[in-house]
Amino acid sequence: MAATLTGKPAAGAGRATVLGPWGTFVVRRLVGLVAVAVTLVVGTFLMVQLIPGDPARVVAGADATPADVELARHELGLDRPLLTQFGTYASGLLRGDLGTAFQTKEPVAEIIGNRLPFTAEIAFLSVLAVLLLAVPIGLAVAARGSRRTDGAFTFVTGLVGATPEYIIGTLLVLGFAIRLGWLPAAGAETVTSMVLPIAALVLPGTCVMARIVRSEAAHVLAQDYMRTARGRRLPPLRLYARHALPNLLTATLTLGGLILAGLLGGTVVVETVFAWPGIGQRVVEALLVRDYPVIQGCVLVLGLLAALLNLLVDVVLALLDPRTLAGKGGR
Amino acid sequence: MRRIRWNTPLVVALSGLGLIALLGIAAPFLWEEEATALSGAARASASAEHWLGTDALGRDVLARTLVATRLTLEMSLAATAIASVAGILLGTVVWVSGRRVRELGLRLIDVMICYPALLLAMVIATVLGTGPAASILAIGLGGAPAFARLTANMAASVAQRDFVTQARLMGVPPHRLLARHLLPNISGPLLVLLSVAFANVLVALSGLSFLGVGVQSPDYDWGSLLNSGLESLYTNPAEAIGPVAAITLTGVLAGFVGDGLATALDPRGGDTKARTRRPAPVHPSSLRAPADALLKVDGLVVALPDGTRLVDGVSFHVAPGEIVGLVGESGSGKSLTAMSVARLLPEGLSAHAAELTLDDLDLAGPEADPRRLATEIGIVYQDPSASFNPALKMGGQLTETLRVHQRAGRAEAYKRAVDALEQVRIENPARVVKQYPHELSGGMRQRAMIAAALLPGPRLIVADEPTTALDVTVQADVLDLLKDINHTHGTSILLISHDIGVIGTVCHRVVVMYAGRVVEELSAADLRAGRARHPYTKALLAASPRLQDTDTEERVLLATIPGRPPAPADRPAGCAFADRCPVALDGLCATERPDLTDAVACHAVHQEVQPV
Repeated sequence: MAATLTGKPAAGAGRATVLGPWGTFVVRRLVGLVAVAVTLVVGTFLMVQLIPGDPARVVAGADATPADVELARHELGLDRPLLTQFGTYASGLLRGDLGTAFQTKEPVAEIIGNRLPFTAEIAFLSVLAVLLLAVPIGLAVAARGSRRTDGAFTFVTGLVGATPEYIIGTLLVLGFAIRLGWLPAAGAETVTSMVLPIAALVLPGTCVMARIVRSEAAHVLAQDYMRTARGRRLPPLRLYARHALPNLLTATLTLGGLILAGLLGGTVVVETVFAWPGIGQRVVEALLVRDYPVIQGCVLVLGLLAALLNLLVDVVLALLDPRTLAGKGGR
Repeated sequence: MRRIRWNTPLVVALSGLGLIALLGIAAPFLWEEEATALSGAARASASAEHWLGTDALGRDVLARTLVATRLTLEMSLAATAIASVAGILLGTVVWVSGRRVRELGLRLIDVMICYPALLLAMVIATVLGTGPAASILAIGLGGAPAFARLTANMAASVAQRDFVTQARLMGVPPHRLLARHLLPNISGPLLVLLSVAFANVLVALSGLSFLGVGVQSPDYDWGSLLNSGLESLYTNPAEAIGPVAAITLTGVLAGFVGDGLATALDPRGGDTKARTRRPAPVHPSSLRAPADALLKVDGLVVALPDGTRLVDGVSFHVAPGEIVGLVGESGSGKSLTAMSVARLLPEGLSAHAAELTLDDLDLAGPEADPRRLATEIGIVYQDPSASFNPALKMGGQLTETLRVHQRAGRAEAYKRAVDALEQVRIENPARVVKQYPHELSGGMRQRAMIAAALLPGPRLIVADEPTTALDVTVQADVLDLLKDINHTHGTSILLISHDIGVIGTVCHRVVVMYAGRVVEELSAADLRAGRARHPYTKALLAASPRLQDTDTEERVLLATIPGRPPAPADRPAGCAFADRCPVALDGLCATERPDLTDAVACHAVHQEVQPV
């Protein structure tokens, strides 16, 4: 991994003249993505190796016979040299073979193929909703600049933002599913099933994000170029949407990338609360019974998803603010 | 570290957390028995005996929630300690080590950060198994990258400052650099980060237990209580309420401590926004502007919300086709005067005047027609590199006024922008409109700014220190350009500068300001000929290198003006310049404020002309 990381700037710099800023940018980001992927593969591989004591015994269970343990050892490939094991694991991944679940004997790739669309659905819709809500709210509060509004905003976002998704989820089920009976409490049978899980993710996410937007917006609105824009006596919508927004998004999305990654983590929990048949619910099931191939596969795929999400943020940033293209590399 | 300014939210949140901590210590002694006693009534709803009902084994939920406080808090503290120590070490060490290590370290943090902390914690929990110790380690290590990232950001701002660079050059070893220079300078924000991290850790730990991979029976924390509460949500919703309230309350309080600390440590905080006082009446000056003047300013007052006057009764006028210079030291109120004319005062400042008009357009009233403001006043700002929007191309910025206020089509507006750029002597203007501001040089940006001001065909250009941020070599070019524009278009210009040399060469008439007031008004010819009368104007001239008589062989030493102008809030009752004035009269100057009579505000000058 160290080799990949140090090789990164060289790859970008060498091609800068040939490829132009966008080419360099794409090459850099792809190299970064490969670095993350390699880290994930090595990480998930070591996960099983690092289990304290004898992984085979842990996998076979507490009351396993020595024969069961040996069988588990063989199934895990733990009786072969470490490098051979890694070779088998990595080449399997390249062929799309993520192993077989201990419990259900299904191929892990198939499990993920079935589950991923559900996770992607609520994660994508939540990210979209968070951005569409948080940016206007944060900007509006900053533009208003009144002390009382700021105080109320800080209090409400502090309260809701600090409340975890699983608690908001629980309260939503209690209120809207049990008391009012408006929406289904669990499962994914109807379109309305999506509403509560997404709300549980969006409410705290929006609050945290809106706070970031507000503080960035306050900074942007105080800049000289905003005074220039005000000097052109533009209508408010044009002033904020065209002049403040692009400058705001750069910083917001840089920090917001963290929040989006956190949202993916939140999805795992929310899926459990609402019995949403996504990859997060499955990984928690696997964790409880220590089904290692499933855990490895899900962790790998979720990690790649997070990296792709980050890449997406970077591309959007580069489109909005071309200065980020120039030579800033990782950040 | 800065002194902490205590505020109500901080005190309330800290006391709340203190009470919860006390509860954590006391609860196991008080309610341990009730929490484990099997009452026989499983999953009972809330009653007088069991306020939150009982769980699946008939144990009292309230007692269990209270007793679980200790384990939850202990685990959260331990995990916060792990996350913060690992994060702070990682985040600051990269800044005191060499370039290679730093690059590698920052990239490593970047890679780790894009991984959801909860997933990382799950992986660690998988490896280590379940139970409190494994959870603590998992959440602590899972939270470390985010902590490292934020610490590295804070350390970066300190590490790149001069005193750290100097210490490094002097060979101060890394660990001393860290302990003596870096950490003390980020201790305030770190404290904020710590309280936020505690809230996050508490929530994540509870989440792990809630999922069933954290604390295992017979141990219990709030998360595992919530887990069993969720199962009986339909039969006894009260069972979930206890842990929900406990986790939320503690997490929110810790978050509020963070908010409160951030406010308490914010140097910009405090009571800056005091109640707005009613402005004192404005007295029109005795000097009447000529009827045909384009810009009339009479008795302009710019005040802070608390009533402190930054500009105190300024009057002058600008005739059509005239260049008028406003000159004075920084803090004299000249830029605020210019911004009042442009109606662009910073938020919080208010302007009042007996008269502030551009022809028939009232600039002081509550509503001024935006279209007329945008097209009749062109503004050239001080810092061209900060005054263009970095995210938008030049073309869009130059044509905006035309398109919004003059309804020009896109093609027409761009053609006019290219013409205007050509007029301000920018080469290859068709290319410049497609470029971003950062692709132009400082001199080019200021020319483009002048072109932008010129485009709608304004009657007045307000130029606020247009050459201050530029290289000496391009300053003269920009000033020539302004003179040209005045000459060819007959556009009036209000030029603001601290440089009396600049003012003297460009303007027709000069208004000298000191401490928020006009002290002298004279023609540029008089200024150049050395016929200034006010001792402050004379001192400014003596301190300026450009107007020295270059014919004489003898070198004239540049004078400096001793002292500094008084702050707006401590301006004396008499003449504000009296303390620094070489000709101040005993008694009179310190007690009585001189009026602007016969275009000069000075007791000494007045007495010379009309001896009492």
